[in-house]
Amino acid sequence: MFEKTGIPSEEMIMGKFPSIERINKGAVAVVECYKEIPCNPCQTACKFGAIIIGEDINNIPKLYADKCTGCAVCLSKCPGLSIMVVDGSKLEETVEIKLPYEFVPLPKEGQIIKGLNREGEYITDVKVLKVLNPKSFDRTPLVTIEVDRKYLYEIRNIQVEV
Amino acid sequence: MKQAELVIIGGGPAGLCAAVSAARSGAKVLIIERNKDLGGQLLKQTHMFFGSEKQYASLRGIDIPAILISELEKYKERVEIIKEATVVGVFEDGVITVLEKEENYFKIAPKALVLATGAYEKYLSFPNNDLPGIYGAGAVQTLMNVHGVKPGNKVLMVGAGNIGLIVSYQLMQAGVKVEAILDAAPKIGGYLVHASKVRRMGVPILTSHTVKEAIGKEELEKAVISQVDEKFSPIEGSEKTLDVDVMCISVGLTPLNELLAMRGCKMKYIPQLGGLVPLRNENYETSVENLFVAGDATGVEEASAAMVEGFLAGLCAAEKIGYRLDNFEEMKNDYLKQLEELRSGPAGKHILSGIEQIVL
Repeated sequence: MFEKTGIPSEEMIMGKFPSIERINKGAVAVVECYKEIPCNPCQTACKFGAIIIGEDINNIPKLYADKCTGCAVCLSKCPGLSIMVVDGSKLEETVEIKLPYEFVPLPKEGQIIKGLNREGEYITDVKVLKVLNPKSFDRTPLVTIEVDRKYLYEIRNIQVEV
Repeated sequence: MKQAELVIIGGGPAGLCAAVSAARSGAKVLIIERNKDLGGQLLKQTHMFFGSEKQYASLRGIDIPAILISELEKYKERVEIIKEATVVGVFEDGVITVLEKEENYFKIAPKALVLATGAYEKYLSFPNNDLPGIYGAGAVQTLMNVHGVKPGNKVLMVGAGNIGLIVSYQLMQAGVKVEAILDAAPKIGGYLVHASKVRRMGVPILTSHTVKEAIGKEELEKAVISQVDEKFSPIEGSEKTLDVDVMCISVGLTPLNELLAMRGCKMKYIPQLGGLVPLRNENYETSVENLFVAGDATGVEEASAAMVEGFLAGLCAAEKIGYRLDNFEEMKNDYLKQLEELRSGPAGKHILSGIEQIVL
């Protein structure tokens, strides 16, 4: 189905998430790159060797969650915008999710916006914690949102009302 | 008649890289570009490129021409650029004819040529496909990303290849609603990361669908789409009408290389490469001596491959006319290896099955 719709299955998604224990320890990347394409900037961007593609640049990137610091440098380097960072270490009830977001207007810190799933459907309201857009991100800003823990595996996008 | 060492026809990704590579080798280079600016399709590509660092991956296409042009400036004493000029003929004696700014017509006798003319868009037949509001994807990109003009408000994207997916995303960035992306094929043709990116913006991707007709008086008002069966025939009763004022046709590209046929290069029809392409050797030299090709003109691929082909063809064309770098073999092998890498995955298999049929 994925190849017909662009929507990954639950099983595919779960296969990309680090364990909940790891997520609860602190920020970690989720690399949702499911299909071999000739591309390796994520590996080049990661100074910790936490994303490995290897000799053949068509390989699917493999995340080594124990090496990942959650620094999020890879998020704005991935041409497919397929990477996010999740952090379950801050609060009991919520998780923090950092997403690349290349649209205007950018949300403001503290703003309540819509959280969308991988089909673009509204799931729940989320709170914007941080918006980063330095020059080094090359016009791919990162938005950190606070999300009810039960939607950890569902939220993948945001919508900012104009 | 103007004399030249190496003429490069086309200043897009392949042509610019060929120029850099040949000038670096020591050859005098003359680039002939049809438009006002160098860069070709790169000038419209606001998204980040795939590939590896060597092909400028992760940079945005729009930022790559400046890098290549500044590289060319290192050799400016042997680089000449003629813009707004079209090569209209390549003749048996090697002479080419050029029309500059639609008034100045002249001949050039180059020692070698690299043809990097790119590709043109395929179109789709359906009733009323000439209504205003129905564009090729390239035109939509030019309007939006070069001139800052919104093509309309509600778009039906026809074609779920990389261009269709990327242009859909760019339309949404410009604040235009994309109603749907459809494709007659049963599977999405483009990279699935691009597909997921537009899907999570809420845009449905309708595979096994086609356009049945466009409706409108003065301009496009509606599009009728329908499902197709495995033989690509429309399924009766599956029609749906969408209110759209823009239809964007993105159903593939065809190599633009009539000049090669005119010169007598051996050509072959290779569907995997988009149409008629020249036979060529490992150095990208065609069946006509000292006539090289690079980029989409030799088979439609991603811009990353076009750039590497340009570097390789420029290197080899310069070598052919006497400018051989000390590390020629090393450079050549590196470019060949990069091309092999770019084509070695599932996406490249199809391309390789075409290339196998044209290598001399």
